[in-house]
Amino acid sequence: MALELRAVTKRVGQVTHIKETTLKLERGRFNVLLGETGSGKSSLIKLMAGLDAVSSGQILMDGKDVTGMSPQRRNISLVHQFFVNYPHMTVFENIASPLRVAGLPKAEIAARVEEAADLLQLRPMLNRRPHELSGGQQQRTALARAIAKDAEAVFLDEPLANLDYKLREELRDQLPELFAGRGAVVVYATSEPAEALMLGGATALMHDGHVTQFGPTGEIYRKPNSLISARVFSDPPINTARVSKRGDRMHLSHGPSWPATGAAAALRDGDYIVAIRPHHVSPMPIGDDDVALTGTVQITELSGSESTAHFQMGEDVWVSLSPGVHPYRVGEDHTFHMDPTHCFYFAPDGAFVA
Amino acid sequence: MRKVNQKGWLFVLPVVILVAFNALVPMMTVVNYSVQETFGNNQFFWHGLGWFQDILRSERFHAALGRQVLFTVTILLIEVPLGIAIALAMPRKGFWVPVCLVTMALPMLIPWNVVGAMWNIFALPDIGLLGYFLNHVLGIDYNMTRDPVAAWITIIVMDVWHWTSLVVLLCYAGLVSIPDAYYQAARIDGASNWAVFRHIQLPKMKHVLTIAVLLRFMDSFNIYTEPFVLTGGGPGNSTTLLSIDLVKMALGQFDLGPAAAMSLIYFSITLLVSWLFYTLMTRHDTH
Repeated sequence: MALELRAVTKRVGQVTHIKETTLKLERGRFNVLLGETGSGKSSLIKLMAGLDAVSSGQILMDGKDVTGMSPQRRNISLVHQFFVNYPHMTVFENIASPLRVAGLPKAEIAARVEEAADLLQLRPMLNRRPHELSGGQQQRTALARAIAKDAEAVFLDEPLANLDYKLREELRDQLPELFAGRGAVVVYATSEPAEALMLGGATALMHDGHVTQFGPTGEIYRKPNSLISARVFSDPPINTARVSKRGDRMHLSHGPSWPATGAAAALRDGDYIVAIRPHHVSPMPIGDDDVALTGTVQITELSGSESTAHFQMGEDVWVSLSPGVHPYRVGEDHTFHMDPTHCFYFAPDGAFVA
Repeated sequence: MRKVNQKGWLFVLPVVILVAFNALVPMMTVVNYSVQETFGNNQFFWHGLGWFQDILRSERFHAALGRQVLFTVTILLIEVPLGIAIALAMPRKGFWVPVCLVTMALPMLIPWNVVGAMWNIFALPDIGLLGYFLNHVLGIDYNMTRDPVAAWITIIVMDVWHWTSLVVLLCYAGLVSIPDAYYQAARIDGASNWAVFRHIQLPKMKHVLTIAVLLRFMDSFNIYTEPFVLTGGGPGNSTTLLSIDLVKMALGQFDLGPAAAMSLIYFSITLLVSWLFYTLMTRHDTH
């Protein structure tokens, strides 16, 4: 039981918006589409929802071909990044609108609206109109409409992007419970790697109209299949540098080296790309096997309880993200430390090797 | 005590002067005429509210007012739905957008007396394209200079041709400001085209429609140039709208007192209806 895309593409004129994509999104779990703005998340959602026609390929819902079927005839719901509600209707009428269109009996509509309103703490606002609500309440109304409809597939297109930080956290914590046990296919698009990790389930990484990797979220976070996937699933951006393997050691071009261990030990001698996430590069020694990397600090940022430092090392600029407050001095050299067991290695063409 | 910055008055002064000279001063002279009897050599005698009573009781005024109301209601009933329909049918993006917009704007760019003259020639039964076509090709007996019904139809068609564009352009502006997300949400809700119009497009167009109806009401209620050039108020008095009647009285008969009283009554009606309409339409938004 799932929503399945088979070799789906979307072209508009000469431009390819979605390259050939095959995906199987299971019911009853959170499927996250993760990618930066313009990577094709919204385009893919429109195809899945039937709002846009595919250029080629097939879309199946529970094995049934729904390619080209209009969204009116499919039991789906969509929550946008903008707060989309009918302006002249009350919150109650807004939540009830798809149920009224479906022609359900009045009592059932009322029951379902109230249930959804309770889940989203909207009960005191049921008689208000959207413009009398805060942004968070407007978006909760849109979510309640999606929940009350009890759709087979729910598409959430960056629904938290326009909310302030605190509301976003609150609602994000709630989201998985809201849809748990409803058995719907939930598709959640976001540009924030942290959201994908928090919401769990499965994640599809998107880059340039292409799904580069798809699988259980934790798994693909720990094992990116390409340099692009590793980049998509890292914020701040993942650190990369050219590295060459000679004998049983890895060498950076400007000096530092470390023993090739684990899967990397089996690699043939030659040139590779090493990648490591910023939070694995520490301003302090980590352990006996860590590698010391000296670079010139360029930019430092403090955000809450974390310190970020950008430093120039050889021809690359790397980023270190560490808990606590560190007194970096801009323009001076600082020695950072990394644990090479957290390194990924890619072939020069970007394919994952170890 | 709070200190008031008196320099603020300086900023308002230009507007006060402008409004005073283009509205208040001329209007006061009208008020002045309306309460006096004027004789030759600029001799004035106090007449109180006599002229107002005369006008309000005059059958001539009642008839002109009736024609005016009929005209305004008719063109509003045609232009507003037609304007909405055309706006809905216009493309939202692509090559044809500027073409449609310019085509729509053209009638409004033509000076009013030219519109009247154009339609006059166009509708003449012997040499006009429309008049000739109706009489000699379709065989319909059409003569707007003789037949009051034909004159009315011509005036109304002319106004629809001239001013529907205003409603179209305002509605179109309202329509293009609706984000795609609303249409998508409605399609996902399973809404029909009528429901999309009723629940998304109409509410989103409400403000521009209010302005459109208000502008069309005021302009059509005060209309003068086009029917004056087209029919001159005839045949007989059949198309003598309020403004045409007013000019006849003021400049034709030189009855300054009654004409001044009539223009003040005329102005009050326009103002009152506009105010009522606007208040009713925007009442919901304030609370």
